[in-house]
Amino acid sequence: MNKIIKYVFYDIIRNKIVLAYTLFLLLLSFGLFNLGGSPDKAILSLLNLVLLTVPLISIVFATTHFYNSYEFMELLVAQPINRKKIFMSEYLGVACSLSGAFVLGVGIPMLLFGATITGLYLVLTGVFITFIFVAMAFLASVITRDKAKGIGIALLLWFYFALIYDGIVLFILYSFSDYPLEKTTLTLTALNPIDLGRIIVLLNLDVSALMGYTGALYKSLLGNLWGIGLAFGLLLLWVILPLFSSRRIFSKRDL
Amino acid sequence: MLLWAPLAFGSTLKVCQSCTYTSVKQAVKKAKAGDTVLIQGGVYREHGIVIDKPLTVLGQNKPVIDGNYKGQIITVVADNVTIEGLTLKNIKTSYRQDDAAIRVVERSNIRILNNIILNTYFGIYLQNSDNCVIKGNVVSGRDVTGLNESALGNAIHLWYCNNADISNNKVSGHRDGIYLEFVQDSEVKNNLSQLNLRYGLHFMFSDGNVYTHNTFRKNGAGVAVMYTHNIRMEHNTFEGNWGAAAYGLLLKEITASVIKSNTFRRNTTGIYMESSSRLDIQKNEFDKNGWAIRLLSSCIDDTFKLNNFTGNSFDVSTNGNSNMNHFENNYWDKYTGYDLDKNRVGDVPYRPVSLYSMLVEKVPPSVMFMRSFMVDMLDNIEKVLPSFIPESLIDEQPMMRKIDYDNDRKLTQVVR
Repeated sequence: MNKIIKYVFYDIIRNKIVLAYTLFLLLLSFGLFNLGGSPDKAILSLLNLVLLTVPLISIVFATTHFYNSYEFMELLVAQPINRKKIFMSEYLGVACSLSGAFVLGVGIPMLLFGATITGLYLVLTGVFITFIFVAMAFLASVITRDKAKGIGIALLLWFYFALIYDGIVLFILYSFSDYPLEKTTLTLTALNPIDLGRIIVLLNLDVSALMGYTGALYKSLLGNLWGIGLAFGLLLLWVILPLFSSRRIFSKRDL
Repeated sequence: MLLWAPLAFGSTLKVCQSCTYTSVKQAVKKAKAGDTVLIQGGVYREHGIVIDKPLTVLGQNKPVIDGNYKGQIITVVADNVTIEGLTLKNIKTSYRQDDAAIRVVERSNIRILNNIILNTYFGIYLQNSDNCVIKGNVVSGRDVTGLNESALGNAIHLWYCNNADISNNKVSGHRDGIYLEFVQDSEVKNNLSQLNLRYGLHFMFSDGNVYTHNTFRKNGAGVAVMYTHNIRMEHNTFEGNWGAAAYGLLLKEITASVIKSNTFRRNTTGIYMESSSRLDIQKNEFDKNGWAIRLLSSCIDDTFKLNNFTGNSFDVSTNGNSNMNHFENNYWDKYTGYDLDKNRVGDVPYRPVSLYSMLVEKVPPSVMFMRSFMVDMLDNIEKVLPSFIPESLIDEQPMMRKIDYDNDRKLTQVVR
């Protein structure tokens, strides 16, 4: 398994796209930290970036990579290797290289300019989001053999989680505004990893107190270590669910 | 003539361990009108001292009068009394009567100067007393976290008192820092009120007062002023009032008043306005608040002019879609317009209310979607094609640069 991971890893690095991704993140974070007055402000701008581009790049890159390495996987399947192992090594290879790029690109400027606990949460959230969206990309790719369709599904997933979901929830909140919605909002945000990540970071910046009653409720739930642990646990669940279901499909279907 | 002299200036009665008088109560009882009771350094365990003639009670070398949790320490029932330089401490919380370190009952021309009041229920309590001076006192209670409002009294409490002068006091750790009810034509100046459970300053039905150069910091709910007209608030600082129901300044039914050159920094809500009309709000600094101004639609004829809005999450929010107030020449850091004729006034009007802030006002839980991409997008669409936000809530002439009025502030400090 380690051998396959190593192979996938080197293959991706030779690809140079990951290198470009790292440089892009590095440039952006350095720019934001130098531009903004306080590191808090830069972290907020970075947060928007992380929540929008990181899922997009992860999901598109992972889907194309999966389809491109189909022949390699077919070759491996012909060997006496467990299919689950093949799948997991592919996954870990892609997810680790992408999150490595993220950690380098955002983590280094963060260490230099604003090494705070919030910064740490931001980096952790970014890593989790990378893992989640690579898992989703793999799910999209094992569902269909057609490359165009697979990328289409992947993009739709990104579109749904990054944009449409918030719109739907805001619409629901607006329509049912006569009811107490605090708990509902909490549940609804847990159903979207991007929202979950955003709230973890926001609650740890000072803006949290302005959130009034709702914010106070969230702060009491998520503001302490237990809550943060719970939130990251939920994110972990978001990695495991698509990953295991796609692994199941992969190990059963015809290649 | 010589015989009359002592009477005119009064004689001095000394109180100390080795003096003729060893207790304050004794000396006060023996003193004649116009005398001075000079209390020298030491600890006196006394309570229930009643001052019933015009005396000057003076502390030398910081004498301490310890009430020992037995009741009120000093009650003033005479005019023209001065209490200066004492340290009064330890009064029990009582739910039946409002025990205070110093209480003035229906008298006037009382001067309470430079006292230190520690660990009391009420600190200084004036009822129905006119022309009083409360100056340079330090009233500090206890750590109020987790305490109930009814278990705490107010640091400085005035009820039906006109022409009061409250200045240079430092109050903390009580229910309200400074509480005024039916107090008119008074001046509150240079005070520091912080870490109180409820309000730093709380006044009701108190017309014609002037509040200047005070600092209200980290109070449970900030500053609340209600049912009053004709007041002036200038050069005050409201900061660090963070919390679910905290305000920098809460205005309820305030009319015909001036709020000028104040600083609102890091409050959950800078100014919350309800049913307030004819207010002149100008040259204030709103920095890093959650909401700079929450203007309910019950407010009319208020003018916002030459204020700076920087780093607030929401500049202005409102709950209705009509607006009867006027915004002019403010600086908004979120303004993105241009200035072609270089007259320092933006050529494009600015709408300080965003769609999202209206949504949050209507559905508070939606605040959890702050900084979501969807929200930013909706806001931008609404900016281009306004349909939900109040049409008339608009600054037609926003300033391009932050307004610099530090100069006159420095000047006033020099003058002061």
